[in-house]
Amino acid sequence: MVQKLDYLKETPSQTAGPYVHIGLAPGAAGFDIYERELGWDIAGPNAAGERIRVEGTVFDGTGAPVKDVLIEAWQANAAGFYAHRESSGDVEQGFRGWGRVITDFDTGLWGFDTVKPGPVAGQNGTQQAPHINLWIVARGINIGLNTRLYFSDEDNSADPVLNLVEQDHRRQTLIAHRHEMADGVVYKFDITLQGDAETVFFDI
Amino acid sequence: MRKPAEYYQRDRHWQPPALDRNYKTSVTRSPKFAMISLVNTVSEITGPVFGHDDISPIDNDLLKNYATDGDPIGERIIVHGRVLDENARPVPDTLVEIWQANAGGRYRHKKDTYLAAIDPNFGGCGRTLTDENGYYFFRTVKPGAYPWRNWLNSWRPAHIHISVFGEAFAQRLITQLYFEGDPLIAQCPIVNTVPDPAAVDQLVARLDMNASIPLDTLAYKFDIILRGRRSTLFENRLEGN
Ligand SMILES: [Fe+3]
Repeated sequence: MVQKLDYLKETPSQTAGPYVHIGLAPGAAGFDIYERELGWDIAGPNAAGERIRVEGTVFDGTGAPVKDVLIEAWQANAAGFYAHRESSGDVEQGFRGWGRVITDFDTGLWGFDTVKPGPVAGQNGTQQAPHINLWIVARGINIGLNTRLYFSDEDNSADPVLNLVEQDHRRQTLIAHRHEMADGVVYKFDITLQGDAETVFFDI
Repeated sequence: MRKPAEYYQRDRHWQPPALDRNYKTSVTRSPKFAMISLVNTVSEITGPVFGHDDISPIDNDLLKNYATDGDPIGERIIVHGRVLDENARPVPDTLVEIWQANAGGRYRHKKDTYLAAIDPNFGGCGRTLTDENGYYFFRTVKPGAYPWRNWLNSWRPAHIHISVFGEAFAQRLITQLYFEGDPLIAQCPIVNTVPDPAAVDQLVARLDMNASIPLDTLAYKFDIILRGRRSTLFENRLEGN
């Protein structure tokens, strides 16, 4: 017999299910309970940088919109710092960098307002192109899916994470496309859960 | 010098696979290509931080946080435990959110049409922050089992949905708590997406008589384990983070 390693095992994930809104967005489930719902204000009023909106739809393997998905966003500020003690710089007062959105029950459309993040530090002195980290849960998703959103107007060619994706057309699934609308800048970012156009997901 | 570094790789054989044909909704919602494995960067080892300003003290008391003219119907229970990481270290000050059906198995959700009655005094959601030892607790009623469309006669075992953040986006987790002794656990296609029976056991809260309150409330103990992280024994990585 050898000695036993005394690590614990991670709690297994279970689907968020169809009623995820009750816990994480009760207003959308049809009732008010909390004084403050969390996650609707990502950047706060004092954040520097370009104000943007990100919008998209999540599609399933049949091409239909997924109407009960919940997405969380995690991003750096315009200077490339996260609101966390292990990031190497300070963020503006009120900048949390975290957001939570659900899709419209009828159309499947989701969207959030934020500021465009700056480039952030990578491994071994490299730099990562500006990106927003996304985490997707829904009924039928057994463990949350991680992906990243990059920006079409940035030079993403040296990004160490994008360059892990071998196929160019798959890399394109991670690029949000910039549209200058009358009321501001909108980046369109659709997510495909399954199929030939499937979004690249990361095991982080 | 030991310095915290990357999180341990997730054990994908312990976690449920994306596709399980017995859980029918997963069939069209499961990616078919392999995920790309990432060495953690600052984007993964950081995550949102919450404080007591974000929540109210009553948010963890589901008996009171929605009640208007009395207590909710059902068996009064305490659910408590610790949030730890794989190194058995407590995860302090982390946000734990829960949601559940009422004692009859009905959710307060505009999409739930099950014929069991809505309880006017029960909302069905709560949230709290762990203390400095990673400890959390909720007071609620034991949820009822409910039917759902998978097989013709599929019933969910009584369960509470739990969302936990941890300290890093890499630790983010949503799971479900089941109750010791429930015969529906073994039959549930969602439970059975978890391949290893020992891993399923980790989702079953144990009756905890020591934490119960005589003549008042039963208690169930449920520890939540999040991913742990390496210590850098030899300094050669993560510069710039
Ligand atoms: Fe449920």
